Amino acid sequence: MTAQPRDLDYPDDLISSILRSVKTIAMVGATPNTARPAHLVMKYLLGQGFRVIPVNPGQAGKDLLGQKVYASLADIPEPIDMIDIFRRSDAADGIVDEALALDPRPRVIWMQLGVRNDVAAAKAEAAGLTVIMNRCPKIEFGRLCGEIGWFGVNSRRLSSRARQAPSTFQRMRIPGKE
Amino acid sequence: MSEDRVPGFATLAVHAGAQPDPTTGARITPIYQTTGYVFNDAEHAASLFGLQAFGNIYTRIMSPTSGVIEERMAALEGGTAGLAVASGHAAQLVTLHAMMSPGDEFIAARQLYGGSINQFNHSFKSFGWNVKWADIDDVESFERAVSPKTKAIFIESIANPGGVVTDIEAIAAVAKRAGVPLIVDNTLATPYLCKPLDHGADIVLHSMTKFIGGHGNSIGGMIVDGGKFNWMASDRYPMLSQPRPEYNGMVLGETFGNFAFAIACRVLGLRDLGPAISPFNSFLILTGSETLPLRMQRHSDNAKAVAEYLAAHPKVTWVSYAGLAGDRYNKLAQKYCPKGAGAVLTFGVEGGAEAGVKVVAEVELFSHLANLGDTRSLIIHPWSTTHSQLTEEQRKAAGAGPEMIRLSVGIEDVADIIADLDQALAKT
Repeated sequence: MTAQPRDLDYPDDLISSILRSVKTIAMVGATPNTARPAHLVMKYLLGQGFRVIPVNPGQAGKDLLGQKVYASLADIPEPIDMIDIFRRSDAADGIVDEALALDPRPRVIWMQLGVRNDVAAAKAEAAGLTVIMNRCPKIEFGRLCGEIGWFGVNSRRLSSRARQAPSTFQRMRIPGKE
Repeated sequence: MSEDRVPGFATLAVHAGAQPDPTTGARITPIYQTTGYVFNDAEHAASLFGLQAFGNIYTRIMSPTSGVIEERMAALEGGTAGLAVASGHAAQLVTLHAMMSPGDEFIAARQLYGGSINQFNHSFKSFGWNVKWADIDDVESFERAVSPKTKAIFIESIANPGGVVTDIEAIAAVAKRAGVPLIVDNTLATPYLCKPLDHGADIVLHSMTKFIGGHGNSIGGMIVDGGKFNWMASDRYPMLSQPRPEYNGMVLGETFGNFAFAIACRVLGLRDLGPAISPFNSFLILTGSETLPLRMQRHSDNAKAVAEYLAAHPKVTWVSYAGLAGDRYNKLAQKYCPKGAGAVLTFGVEGGAEAGVKVVAEVELFSHLANLGDTRSLIIHPWSTTHSQLTEEQRKAAGAGPEMIRLSVGIEDVADIIADLDQALAKT
């Protein structure tokens, strides 16, 4: 299978509809190392109310941020909406194969910042899945709900509605229809 | 607004970063005049200090008021994030701190604001950061200055005070070949006239004291992260590419993606060096920034009319303003700042230093002071003031000869500005 490299300029509408609708995320490459982005992202997404199921064969059966770690996607005993891939780009192909073998299938394959595999993406899209590559769901969630704009990051969004305070006292919400 | 429509510059100047306050509904960004912010509990505090969560901490590191001007400037420049600091000088300090180690070099254009020349030549040398000077009119001189120790190239888009317009794309090509970021001080042009990130710059700096605030009431600086430089490509920028002991081994470059530089400047430079901007100054600068496009157009139109008047005056020996037809930088100005060449111009008065001092003494509408970018017209004789601590050779290299007068043309009625210069020149 071939795939052309393409522009990864995803529209905000697409990203926000994904992050508003998914509830259960399997994170492949979850880690207990608190300095690694995978750990920070898992902690943030849990804090925002997502169910995050960690996948890491080396940690299988252990507890990570209060969640049970599974060795593989196939071991997870419940439906998954989205798979967040925190692995090298060349590992994404095999992970997509595993995802497509699930029943029911996830709706979204999300490859983390720095992870891009156009062949795997084309395969997942051919099967009707939505694919996001080279993005961080923590950053995108924080950007779209306006949270990281409080800290000088360009959210690329304008609004005359009252903004939400950072998630000190409550969970954040991405504006728009559910 | 429809989510994927790209707003225009004037809309961004008014709205970017600013939404009504979540608690009170205040439409104008409040001045969050507090030193600190309460934490939910110890775990929440630890998450914030460890950069694991976004949140308010302490005004040395962030302020919701400053966050608005940061996001606005990032939007206006087309960058990924901004960081407000206490002054333009602080912006330079914090930016280079994130790149330089003792013994490293950076290349800077010789044609810079005199204060920057002092900062680079003396204060930075005491940190072991060694500046190598190059000439903006000789791109090759930048190429020749590159060494394995080079960490950055620093230029001004429009150089102060000489009226020099820099060929940003040519210098960006040198930086790219050297594998180092190009830092552009865009203070005199502002993003309304010139957007350096569109021409290959990696980081844009501002003294917001000037046109961004625009009313001469607040000192402030800004760092805008262009988001395109790959800090992880080598181990030359350990603040971004190596595990940071200050943050439990976190690698900022991989954790914060395309705004990692702005984060590094905030959580290492600003946090540890301490040049925080006051929320009150951020508020005043924010208010000014809303009218930036209106003011810059008016400044530029007025300055062009003043330059044309001076060029025809018998006591004026030369005028340097890139907006003037026939000026040596006019072609570059048409390319990089097509809407106008800004407010600042210089001219030579017959009679040398003595005549220069006399003109400044005789003006009545113009204010004699060291700032620029005020709504008011400003005048200074750099030879005897801002550049007086430099050597004669440095003053001349910076375009500040003995007969030279610098104007920052304000937004008053241009006829009144010209009349004031006319009566002062008549008495000289």
